[in-house]
Amino acid sequence: MRIGRSLRLLAGALTVALAAGCGGARVETGQATTPTSTPEPTSTGAVVRIAVNPWAGYEASAAVLSHLLEKKLGYTVERKNLAEQVSWEGFEKGDVDVIVENWGHEDLKKTFIQDRKVAVEAGSTGNKGVIGWYIPGWMAKEYPGITDYRNLNKYADLFRTSESGGKGQLLFGDPSYVSNEESLIRNLGLNLKVVVAGSEAALIESATQAQRQRKPLLFYFWTPHWLFDRIDLARITLPPHAEGCDADPKKVACDYAELDLDKIVSRRFAETGGRAYELVKNFSWTNEAQNAVANDITTNGMTPEAAAEKWIEANESVWSAWMPQ
Amino acid sequence: MTASPVRTAPAPPVLSESTGVPAVRDRWRTPAAAVVATVAAYLLFRGSATLPHDDEAAPFRLLGDLREWVDANRNASPVFLFLVNYVRLFAGAVNDGLALLLRELGWAGTAGLATGIGWLAGGPRTAATALAGFCAFGVLGVWPQSADTLALVLASVLLSLLLGLPLGVWAGRSVRLRRLLDPVLDVMQIMPTFAYLAPMVLFFQIGPAAAVVATTIYAIAPAIRITALAVERVSPSAVEASASLGATRWQTLRTVHLPLARPTIALAVGQTVMMALSMVVIAALIAAPGLGAGIVTGLSRADVGLMLPSGVALVVMAVVLDRIVTASARSAVPARSTLVGAAALTLCGVAASGLLGNGFPPGWTLHLAGPVNEAVTWAKFSWYGVTDAVRNLTTEALLNPLQEVLTGSPWWLVAGVALAVAWRGAGPRNAVVAVCCLLATAPLGLWQHTMETLTTVLVGTALALAAGFTLGVASALSPRFSAALRPLLDAAQTMPSFVYLLPALALFGASRFTAVLAGVVYALPPVARLVQDGIGAVSPSAVEAARSCGSTEWQVLWKVRLPLARGAILLAANQGVVMTLAMVVVGGLVGGGGLGYDVVSGFAQRADFGMGLAAGVATVLVGIALDRITRGAAGRPARKVSRRFPGKTGKKRIA
Repeated sequence: MRIGRSLRLLAGALTVALAAGCGGARVETGQATTPTSTPEPTSTGAVVRIAVNPWAGYEASAAVLSHLLEKKLGYTVERKNLAEQVSWEGFEKGDVDVIVENWGHEDLKKTFIQDRKVAVEAGSTGNKGVIGWYIPGWMAKEYPGITDYRNLNKYADLFRTSESGGKGQLLFGDPSYVSNEESLIRNLGLNLKVVVAGSEAALIESATQAQRQRKPLLFYFWTPHWLFDRIDLARITLPPHAEGCDADPKKVACDYAELDLDKIVSRRFAETGGRAYELVKNFSWTNEAQNAVANDITTNGMTPEAAAEKWIEANESVWSAWMPQ
Repeated sequence: MTASPVRTAPAPPVLSESTGVPAVRDRWRTPAAAVVATVAAYLLFRGSATLPHDDEAAPFRLLGDLREWVDANRNASPVFLFLVNYVRLFAGAVNDGLALLLRELGWAGTAGLATGIGWLAGGPRTAATALAGFCAFGVLGVWPQSADTLALVLASVLLSLLLGLPLGVWAGRSVRLRRLLDPVLDVMQIMPTFAYLAPMVLFFQIGPAAAVVATTIYAIAPAIRITALAVERVSPSAVEASASLGATRWQTLRTVHLPLARPTIALAVGQTVMMALSMVVIAALIAAPGLGAGIVTGLSRADVGLMLPSGVALVVMAVVLDRIVTASARSAVPARSTLVGAAALTLCGVAASGLLGNGFPPGWTLHLAGPVNEAVTWAKFSWYGVTDAVRNLTTEALLNPLQEVLTGSPWWLVAGVALAVAWRGAGPRNAVVAVCCLLATAPLGLWQHTMETLTTVLVGTALALAAGFTLGVASALSPRFSAALRPLLDAAQTMPSFVYLLPALALFGASRFTAVLAGVVYALPPVARLVQDGIGAVSPSAVEAARSCGSTEWQVLWKVRLPLARGAILLAANQGVVMTLAMVVVGGLVGGGGLGYDVVSGFAQRADFGMGLAAGVATVLVGIALDRITRGAAGRPARKVSRRFPGKTGKKRIA
């Protein structure tokens, strides 16, 4: 099996080299015509490359999909830890076949799906995603009106830290996350400063501490997330979202939209991915299911594989509907 | 405006430091006047001409457009069709070939091969180190990642040497080429690893091929420089003798230059390997596979258990490669029995691979993530009070006031102070270069972030110098302390820079302080070592003379040893600044802010690509400026050799 794959790789490299011989070398564009290492739909051991973006919910979906692909369909899955936008670039080079949970990204859809035609949409994940600003529940009770963005400036001093330069701190997550924070602060005239915590884990830790030790905290967070089952959080109301109000990223002055999270696959995978593509396309589950798996991974110390296996064993009726006919 | 900015105006400490040697009272008059003038100017003009940051600055948009153009023309423009894409394909093919080889050899086969090479290079001890190292990869459960990293390192080192050694030999024999290369290599060695990545993404996209190209370029500088030095230093009489016997230039090169320069060239190889190793890790940010991916993922998830095995494996790999290369520099041509032994070891490994299969036996792996994370959580919660206080104190007392002064001052005042300091310490030429570099960050649209980075660098350097100075003086005075410290410093200098972020992040979370701390720890070993060497080199007769005049030990230290070791101490400051900068920029990954975060964000968000690329350039400019400001005083020619030459200062890398 390994040898076979290596031979195919070699053959692919040779083909590229030969093709490059006349007319200069082209970079693979992820279209069906490229000869290198196309997943073979029927044989076992073909490779599916899944991008894994850095948050637990995504990881849960990716783990369940990978487990099904490997254990039930006999594919080899390569999981690549990549940031959201870098994953899209992976379509172009053939480094990435599947993005499991895409949060909007209309600009990237335009570039990679419409203009360059290297990717296609593969349907909803069934999860509804909402990004927002949150505070611990006790703050909402203690400070009247704090959940209205118009009152945030009044309370900005509460959120001051050594990192926030005299303004109130708005704690952000991973640098690669979808973000309108800078624009919102500027356009709504808020006396806040974005401080980057660097990761989902850091956000969870800060939120947990803020709840336990009753420390003020204003932070960026999202649903679906298991943290809402553990900690009482209150969302800040920003000006309501209206269609197109976030079209220009620099002029955003409205709340995040509720997104229908979806799957994006490379065009080559959609055309030649066979049963693997069928499974990816059919995959769809609830926020509760994702939270359960994500919770097992983050707080119950299970590996993504083990957490996925546990869910798969308990929910055959759900996933059997996804399997290709 | 919590702290009074006047109290911590940056000018006084910097100026008084640079004046150094005690002298007549008159010498203090001008600096004192300058300090007073600076403080007055700051108070008067605070808040004006500050060049605040704008995410929409024209250079960022311009660079963003450049990227759009490159993306659109990747398969159309001849530059790409006939040059860039071929380089990419070639680098990728070398890496894929090596990765394939390692994968087919399997864990046991590769371990056998490495042990055999270790045996050839340095006998049983080196062989045992190599074997132990490969066992460690397996036991830590990171063999496949280690193999990927090893393939990347080998591919890049191979390409670096292929290009670098001939260039080095040529440069060693041609003064003109040397003069041409020197400034380029200078910049390359000051340039932090981070700054290499953005242009790579632009031209070579992401993935292992881009990583190999980046690493090759990064690691080529020492290969060229040290080889040139080695060839240059070959005794002229030997060359003369060879020429007088009628040898052609080529024959002289082959039979005289190369054999005589061999040990030093082996050092160049070692240095190249170490540089490649530290770069390959950071290349994980552009989707290079291997151990770096584990560390970057761990950093981005604040999951120490996830990154620790990769971090340890990386250190182990550095040690193994270092031992093998160092040993082969010393050894003569191997005897036949050694060759047979080495071949036997390799065959054993390959045979074992047939039995064990390609991977490492899964039953022998230790699963560390759980216990490690429990320990980290325990440490975090039980030390929270202390770590939080330390972080907040440093941030409120040092970082925030200094940042307020630097970002709140008019740009011309900062430039003026830099000019004055550099002029006094390093002479007019260096001063002008330094200030030009510093000012060039303004049209890039990154003045404010440069000032933020400068804040962390200054604080980090001050702390690193204070700590390194203390350690260096202590170990110069006490041989026992020095003996205890040496292995620690040795180990610290073999570690790739990324590894330093782990403990800092685990204890202090993501913040500027974490980046500063990692920088301090990173810069500490070379600073301590240089100070120790400098003080140790002070002539014993001078010390003796002072003692016989009745000086106390303390007086001998302050009046004799330190002044005489001034050159080494200034060199330590130079090293400290450049290394702290490199680390602080990487610290953008763990809340370091400033230019480092711009670079990180440039990878993560397409819209910020232009800013990230500009920030990479700005980092280089800051590096050159800081290097120039701290260099001159140490006396350039002597400094250059000891700084670039690993034999003298131990191994050093600029991450």
